[in-house]
Amino acid sequence: MEWLIQVLNSVQYGLLLFLVASGLTLIFGIMGVINLAHGSFYMIGAYLAFSLTQWTGNLWVALPLGIILAAVLGLLLEWLLIGRLYRRDHLHQVLLTFGLILVFEELRSITVGDDVHSVVIPAILGGSLPLTENLSYPVYRLFISAVCLALAAAMYLTIQKTRLGMMIRAGASNPEMAQSLGVNIRWIHALVFAAGVALAAFAGMIAAPVSSVFPGMGNQVLIVCFVVVVIGGIGSLKGALVASLLIGFADTFGKVLVPELAGVAVYLLMAIVLLFRPAGLFGRV
Amino acid sequence: MRTRTLVLSLLVGAVALALFPALAERFYVQLLTKIMILSIFALSLDLLVGYTGLVSLGHAAYFGVAAYTLALAAPASGPANFWLSLPLSLAASAITALVIGAFVVRASGVYFIMVTLAFAQMVYYFFHDTRVAGGSDGMYIDTRPSIGIAAVDLADDLHFYYLVLALLAGVFFLLALILRSPFGRALQGIKANEQRMRALGFATRRYKLAAFVLAGTLAGLAGYLAAAKEGYVNPELMAWHQSGVVLMMLILGGMGTLFGAVIGTFSYVLLQEWFSTLTKHWPLLMGCFIIVTVLLFPQGLAGLPQTLVARWRSGVGEKDDDA
Repeated sequence: MEWLIQVLNSVQYGLLLFLVASGLTLIFGIMGVINLAHGSFYMIGAYLAFSLTQWTGNLWVALPLGIILAAVLGLLLEWLLIGRLYRRDHLHQVLLTFGLILVFEELRSITVGDDVHSVVIPAILGGSLPLTENLSYPVYRLFISAVCLALAAAMYLTIQKTRLGMMIRAGASNPEMAQSLGVNIRWIHALVFAAGVALAAFAGMIAAPVSSVFPGMGNQVLIVCFVVVVIGGIGSLKGALVASLLIGFADTFGKVLVPELAGVAVYLLMAIVLLFRPAGLFGRV
Repeated sequence: MRTRTLVLSLLVGAVALALFPALAERFYVQLLTKIMILSIFALSLDLLVGYTGLVSLGHAAYFGVAAYTLALAAPASGPANFWLSLPLSLAASAITALVIGAFVVRASGVYFIMVTLAFAQMVYYFFHDTRVAGGSDGMYIDTRPSIGIAAVDLADDLHFYYLVLALLAGVFFLLALILRSPFGRALQGIKANEQRMRALGFATRRYKLAAFVLAGTLAGLAGYLAAAKEGYVNPELMAWHQSGVVLMMLILGGMGTLFGAVIGTFSYVLLQEWFSTLTKHWPLLMGCFIIVTVLLFPQGLAGLPQTLVARWRSGVGEKDDDA
């Protein structure tokens, strides 16, 4: 039954990655912006969970507060900086968002410090689910997987089945045409960016109790998310989901089977995919 | 810049650098050595980003591989042989660049950025997680490599300074020659329009791979010198932060000019030194500086006159891109 625990861990890690990577892939697919600062939003989320839980004493209050703060941050950033990057060279996007990472990391260091913190799991989810006589699985990890799945479904339904989703898709395939048909593209872009920021921050918030909160956690996630986007195909949500899960398994089982090379396993997977499908599994060539 | 002005500025720069140690304190000689090593690194990336149009965000990997090769090849006590260890380091970087390059030249645009970053990270984790070369602690290099000529002792900072200066000048002229050759012209053609180059019968992928390997090898030269100078290596040498910093140096100086790469490196390092005397939270200042530079001076320092003239001609100072 040991392997079942690893499977559950893989799924949980993969789904969490999907929350961050989906924003990254949508922001690229719709606005054409490569956003290196996306990992910082995950980091900011985790630190928000830590600070707000300390302040309010309750993760359940911290979560909605944190989401609102993250969304506002997203809107503000889009309006001030990211919106100026839409027609710029990728190189400029890389550098500006690289500058943002430095700013966020340093602000974090000034306000919260460089220590590692932990966030307490809420009491209701604190228990463990018995699997066999001597093996059990923490309820909180199952909760993470369930929430991520629900959000993935909500995202799919919003984009495929609602009027807003139709406008987003129209804006992605031909912004000028959508604009001239009366879709407010500026507003759609701001909304998508803010949603991406909120999703990444939310992922950081719910991950905080299991992964702890530490400097540099954002960059670690960012690079794995790049691998997700490369494997899944840029702009594809379905690809991001499949790739996230693949990476969840590769990373978790890599750590169990070949601990020395665990860090490399994810990248080997990427190399193999690139060799056979250069545009990713679900990428349009 | 006109050729005559360019050659004149280069000569003035070279003479100034050559005379510098006579006038400055030891600390500044070491600082300038570091800047010149990073200039070689920036020049190597300029070949890819500025001339071939390939934005690599993983260039630090090749820098680090050469540095580690020196650390692994050097004896536990006493110096390594310069004439053996340098080619070995360069070969290690070239082979790494060849293997990774074979994958990444299949990608283009934003894919290229992500894939180069991811592969560089793979190299980083290889050195970070395995015990091949000291893991996350890195390794020490006992003594600077010996060049085997009695009059030259690289352990002396002054001698090392002149070696680095000579190599910087060498790399500069090598790249200037390459860029004027048919091969260099083809790379610039690929940057302008790859589709058309392919239609003209150029095997563009092969050209890109050659540029990638050449850039990786020259980055390896910089890495070798950095390891020799500092006397130790650790995985942070190839952290993706380094790749971002060297890109910033390029854009600061203005890409697509060799001169700009060197100017950018000088400005970036001096700025960083200055910021770090102001506050221990200097990355905050650096981050703001990067953001402002990208927004206001996308052509870098070398393009500053043109940017200012263009703004002046357009009448209004502020020009919105998302209009």
